[in-house]
Amino acid sequence: MKKQNTRIILDKIFKCLMVIIISAVLLFIIALLIMLIRRSQLILSRYTIWELLFSSDWDPDKGLYGFLPAVTGTFFVTVLSLLIAVPISILSAVYISEYMPSTIKSYFQTFIDVLAGIPSVVFGLCALLVLVPLTRDVIGPLFGVKTTGMCVFTAALVLAAMVFPVIISITVESLGILPVGLKEQFLSLGATKWQLIETVLFRAAGPGIISGIILGFGRAFGETMAVVMVIGNKNILIPSLFSPGQTLPGIIVGSFNEMMSVPEHQSALIFISLILFVIVLFFNILANIIKNRLKSRWRYE
Amino acid sequence: MNKYIKESIFKVLMVISVFIVMAYIVIIIGINVVKGGIVIINNPSVVFTAPGPKYLLGGEGGILHAILGSVFMVIPSTCIACVVSYLIALFLQVDYIKNNFSNKLRVVFDVLWGIPSILYGIFILNILIVTNRRGSLGAGIITLALLQMPVIVRYMDEALNSVPNGIRESAYSLGATRLETAFTTTKYALPGIIAGALIGMGRAMGDAASVIFTSGAGNSMPKGLSKSASSLPVLIFQQANSFYPSVREHAYAASFVLIVIVIILNTVSRISSKHFQKYTSGSGK
Repeated sequence: MKKQNTRIILDKIFKCLMVIIISAVLLFIIALLIMLIRRSQLILSRYTIWELLFSSDWDPDKGLYGFLPAVTGTFFVTVLSLLIAVPISILSAVYISEYMPSTIKSYFQTFIDVLAGIPSVVFGLCALLVLVPLTRDVIGPLFGVKTTGMCVFTAALVLAAMVFPVIISITVESLGILPVGLKEQFLSLGATKWQLIETVLFRAAGPGIISGIILGFGRAFGETMAVVMVIGNKNILIPSLFSPGQTLPGIIVGSFNEMMSVPEHQSALIFISLILFVIVLFFNILANIIKNRLKSRWRYE
Repeated sequence: MNKYIKESIFKVLMVISVFIVMAYIVIIIGINVVKGGIVIINNPSVVFTAPGPKYLLGGEGGILHAILGSVFMVIPSTCIACVVSYLIALFLQVDYIKNNFSNKLRVVFDVLWGIPSILYGIFILNILIVTNRRGSLGAGIITLALLQMPVIVRYMDEALNSVPNGIRESAYSLGATRLETAFTTTKYALPGIIAGALIGMGRAMGDAASVIFTSGAGNSMPKGLSKSASSLPVLIFQQANSFYPSVREHAYAASFVLIVIVIILNTVSRISSKHFQKYTSGSGK
């Protein structure tokens, strides 16, 4: 009887422990949000949000805090990298999952996992050695532009490489769990493999692929170090894709340490973090809603 | 257009894209092995010596402080994160709460995973400013633990989720408490749990943006929890921005060490999940 009691008490103790930990995590998110809002109050009390977001002058020494260059920089880098990465990674994921013999397939997936695990600074370092000269000497002249190589386009190329593993692994996974009967029925009607992929598999695996793309967007959007290393870090409105720019996380890394003493500047940087947080929150919730909607509509089992 | 022509066009496109992805991997690993290898072979002491006071200004020394800093930061933070995430994953899985609520909690952890790592750094940095401290090894450990927690939770949760329901039910039918049932299912989910821990560790190992604010990113050996420390990614970032070619060369050595560690973690996670597979159901040998 006594032993019974200890077991139940232990059960209760662990439940309490878990509840405490979960509430601590929830508290962390709330604390993060409150901290970001409160610390960015200073800058918001001096300028309106529109002034901050739509002015293009960034000069903390003169009290000018315009985020427009960084906002457009982030936008172009993210969108361009997704434009490069999405077709390539979906096509290669389809090839890996549908055409490749299963023995080679597992090796490929190992490679993709390795790519996913490579730290972002290493991407940046390699890009400095390969992609920057490539953009400067080959791609730039191809488009008839003179460029130093440290530009938005190079940053997008690096980011694309970091997005590949995210989209590829999720797409391969969601293609892999489709029932075999689905493919066999369609092929038995005389369709080619690509027709099968186009008409059936993309629809059936759609929710997975779309959530993979949104996750890839998240990774590209929040990536800091690799971009800072190759984008050139000039806080100007970019005249072309081959000119140096700036991204939102880039500003924070570039100026947090030296400007710790100026409270207004610090507050501006924290306001940037708040923007990042809100956008990430928005896209995550959006991804969830899309996934659930599509799941109920595109069910194949 | 003939459907067979279309088929071959797309097949060519697919092969090309697989080659592009492979080219990225080969180039990245190749550069690190060749350039980093050359630096280390020419001057093996780089890896084993502490940096001099003016190391980042082209002075003499090596990258030992960053290697040790990385190890001292990542291992404790992974331990903390594993314990916390294991409890959270159990809480999500075992029947302490309703399914609906745990699904909502999963969304929260997805959001946490998506937050750019730099935000974790800023959060801890602000706490440091408020409490009037400086960046230190301890703060770096806490940041990294927070950073890898959502990753580990997700992997552990998925691993526990894949345990067949029959095991849970048979444990309950024998009169086990919820906690005991949880431990039984853990045994079956062990490969996934270990893989998750190692993947989280890999993320913590390679992240620079959060640590650069919180660990002090100094140029000294890690001496204590409240002293400043550096880590390999932070050092690589500093070296790559340096004006001195000799310092920039050392970045490749540091990145070689980092990439070797990451690949080892990856391989170990693969091997261990194969090794522990014998505990999972369905392989009743």
